Amino acid sequence: MTNLPSQISDWLEHRQWRLHPHQTAMLARATDPATLLIAPTGGGKTMAGFLPTLADLVGNTHDGLHTLYVSPLKALAADIKRNLTGPVAEMGLPIRIDDRTGDTPQSRRKRQRADPPHILLTTPESLALMVSYEDAERTFKGLKRIVIDEIHALAESKRGDQLMLALSRLQSLCPNLRRVGLSATVDDPAAIARYLARHPDPCAIIEADPGPAPDIAMLETAEAPPWAGGGAAYAIPAVLEQIRTHQTTLIFHNTRAQAEIFFHNLWLANEEGLPIAIHHGSLDRMQRERVEAAMVANDLRAVVCTGSLDLGIDWGNVDLVIQIGAPKNVKRLVQRIGRANHRYNAPSKALLVPANRFEVVECQAALEAVKEGKLDGDPRPPGPRDVLCQHILIRACSGPFDADALFSEVTSTGAYSHLTRAAFDACLDFCATGGYALRAYDQWQRLLQRPDGLWQLRDPRSAARIRMNIGTIQDADLLKVRMKRSRGGKPLGEIEEAFAATLTPGDTFLIGGQIMRYESLREMTVEVSRDRGRKPKIAVFSGTKFATSTQLSQGILALLAQDAWPDLPAHTADWLTLQREVSELPRAGEMLIETFPHQGREHACLYGFAGRNAQQTLGLLATKRMEELGLDPLGFVATDYATLIWGLSELTDPAPLLDKDALRDGLERWLAGNAVMKRAFRASATIAGLIERNSPGSRKSGRQATFSSDILYDTLRKYDPDHLLLDITRDEALSGLVDFARIEEMTDRICGRVNLRRLSRISPLAAPLLLEAGKVPVQGAGAEKLMQQEAADLMHASGLATLAQ
Amino acid sequence: MRGYDFTLAGTRLNALGSGALWWSDERLLCVSDLHLGKSERHLRRGGAALPPYEVRDTLNRLTALIEQFTPDTVLCLGDSFDDLAAARALPAPEAGDLRQMVKARNWIWIEGNHDPGATSFGGYSCDEITIGALTFRHIARKDAAPGEVSGHYHPKARLSRGSARPTFLLDHTRLILPAFGTYTGGLRTSDPALAGLMAPQALAILTGPTPLPCPMPR
Repeated sequence: MTNLPSQISDWLEHRQWRLHPHQTAMLARATDPATLLIAPTGGGKTMAGFLPTLADLVGNTHDGLHTLYVSPLKALAADIKRNLTGPVAEMGLPIRIDDRTGDTPQSRRKRQRADPPHILLTTPESLALMVSYEDAERTFKGLKRIVIDEIHALAESKRGDQLMLALSRLQSLCPNLRRVGLSATVDDPAAIARYLARHPDPCAIIEADPGPAPDIAMLETAEAPPWAGGGAAYAIPAVLEQIRTHQTTLIFHNTRAQAEIFFHNLWLANEEGLPIAIHHGSLDRMQRERVEAAMVANDLRAVVCTGSLDLGIDWGNVDLVIQIGAPKNVKRLVQRIGRANHRYNAPSKALLVPANRFEVVECQAALEAVKEGKLDGDPRPPGPRDVLCQHILIRACSGPFDADALFSEVTSTGAYSHLTRAAFDACLDFCATGGYALRAYDQWQRLLQRPDGLWQLRDPRSAARIRMNIGTIQDADLLKVRMKRSRGGKPLGEIEEAFAATLTPGDTFLIGGQIMRYESLREMTVEVSRDRGRKPKIAVFSGTKFATSTQLSQGILALLAQDAWPDLPAHTADWLTLQREVSELPRAGEMLIETFPHQGREHACLYGFAGRNAQQTLGLLATKRMEELGLDPLGFVATDYATLIWGLSELTDPAPLLDKDALRDGLERWLAGNAVMKRAFRASATIAGLIERNSPGSRKSGRQATFSSDILYDTLRKYDPDHLLLDITRDEALSGLVDFARIEEMTDRICGRVNLRRLSRISPLAAPLLLEAGKVPVQGAGAEKLMQQEAADLMHASGLATLAQ
Repeated sequence: MRGYDFTLAGTRLNALGSGALWWSDERLLCVSDLHLGKSERHLRRGGAALPPYEVRDTLNRLTALIEQFTPDTVLCLGDSFDDLAAARALPAPEAGDLRQMVKARNWIWIEGNHDPGATSFGGYSCDEITIGALTFRHIARKDAAPGEVSGHYHPKARLSRGSARPTFLLDHTRLILPAFGTYTGGLRTSDPALAGLMAPQALAILTGPTPLPCPMPR
């Protein structure tokens, strides 16, 4: 059905628009079970996704929901609603369009379930909630198409796994449901196609013309970047100059903290008062919406932002993207560049600003990768089991179910197609009884198997609790920040509870680019006032620091292997040349370890190029081993490319530190009690439904309302070490914050080839590590002693020491 | 294990790092808020199935203390059971162990808001009890005379390093014990309920390998 109905073709003609070839191709494949469209930003992706729906609804005899649109961002759903409602009205099509997200009022949600619109725009979490209702079958009756936008972003997270499981349920309710995925450029389209389609259905991949190659370069600055750090303050004048000569500039940062600092410095240097704003996920929603509205109205010359502006919202006239700090990941860089310039056939313009000397090398490697179209991507791991547990509970909320039928539904999802029946049954058992070795309270199990074999909730009240906890996004415990006023001042955003706990009244910190003075904590809200202080603390956000990707790390090693570096700025090429003279440059097939004395301490620098999370874990494991060997390590610091360890004794035999079995043993034995593992457990236990973030009738803070997940973790490890959730936690630790998978990749790559260089003094490549923030002291009995000292000092200083005697 | 020695209403007491109170002159061991059976109650009321090992863990820790101090009297300051149904539903081996422990010595149950009433585990149950200069009750009274020992609030506090730990609170009038049970959350000492109760000069004694006394964080 490539022939468009006249209402649509007339409308296109009137606007003098012609369909792109990929839009025509999508129309031609309207009846395929699954289609994946890969197109750059501005390529009319959304229109391509909706055209078949509009064509089908022209006569509109359809009763109820016809097309579901799912996007990762609430804002995107609202944006698409605006962009779709206009044309549909102009074409005179009798189509009702509505959106439904966490922000939608309860009354409208109820109406949507009873009388759904033809096109419903929603998010994975809202869809999961809709699927959990007893009347899901009626709500989704007649559903023909589902359009998943920004599927490449969803495919990287558990939100996507949850979405695809919900979709497997929808597919059972509506067997003729057609799936459409819309994606930005990705490294492995076939993997996304397998992820999208019902297993083992085929899925055609339509690739739009990628448009002209982006115009991308490193920003030239008068001053050389510093040796370490991530602030890029040196580049402020050059960045301001770029803002002046462009209409609207997006300035991307890898972390919220860096965005805050940069914005602060930029504002101090902004003498002409150019309208510049800041936008990141920890700012209050009202603040963000104000910035978004100002951007659409072209009132801003620049926005300092993080990933919160990554996804395809149409923001006015962006004509330059600046990336501060090395991009860490080529794919993300390419997608960010796509933010600039929504005109399809003009090249996007982007500038990279390395924050320190090593990042110059990394930026150069990234530029070369972009030029060669080499995108990085790690193979998708199999579908996570904690998300499956939540899905089983959601399924139980909607009514009694048959385990065999649910198993075949789940394995029709690409990510879960290899799930074994035993693994599925373990998840079902966890949902039903907790899955403990000790069957303590069988009469109270959560799910019951009825005489007819179907499973159902024992207590109908638990459906409300389960629904309240749907979702896979993990928030740290956040506290709201407000201006101090008599009846609650303006909301400014959120900071992590752990950071708030370090503040004492009078401390200042940065939020939303302003310096605020901490006044008090009232009912779990941080109250602040304005302050003119000069040296604010920097709020910590656990928004993860990305690790440099495996592929980009390889690119860097290849660059280091060159004889000379004509493409690098002189200051950086000279640095590398000096390293080659004094020591040598790390090579791909071996691990270079430099040892040297410095300031009265022995140092060892391990160039693993495994990314910062893995290098951090390597530091933890290696220092633990060194302690056992009596080498008295005192601390370490990790970056994306190396771990620097200092201590009392020289490292002469590094082999025991890098033995693969010993490292894995350390992971199992020692790291298992580590705070990072406890964090991974907390996340999985929350997703799987063991810990409730929200419980009915409770408006307490996250921490007071829930159990200490650390205690649950310790209890399980002690009494039930083979429990499903501990198994899932180990799986999670392999990637993520512990990133043990990268350590294993590294040990495989070096395969025992260690190149130990003894130097008389610190090497040029190791020197910047000494300046890095985030040094980790090796904790022995010392931590307890420091706490005792602090308590004693407080007692003494307050004069209380004599009171109790 | 060395505790923290202090005096309340002329009575020499010792706050243990485990969260228990040792009164050596009376050979009395006091613990508060065991909340035995919490996972069972949680599940019974439609919540998730928490690991059902907390009764075993709490009893193991209490047994270790009893073996170490060989008290004549054990006093539980209330909320010993997460509710009375949870008391009835304790797994058989744990219920048997508890019965043995109670039988072997003088055992006093103070009734709390979670467990208002006697249980079948033996011992002596009461609302509150006065021994020497000290009065033991579950919830502190604002107008209490000096020498009050209570529980209920599960106080916790943290220093600038380390995570929050269950903590004793002490001033000239009263002592509040931390919760001893394995599955018991905590209430920050900065909470108005606690800040309003304790005198300005109050101490917090953080539990841990060694008890850490410091000014009560507010």
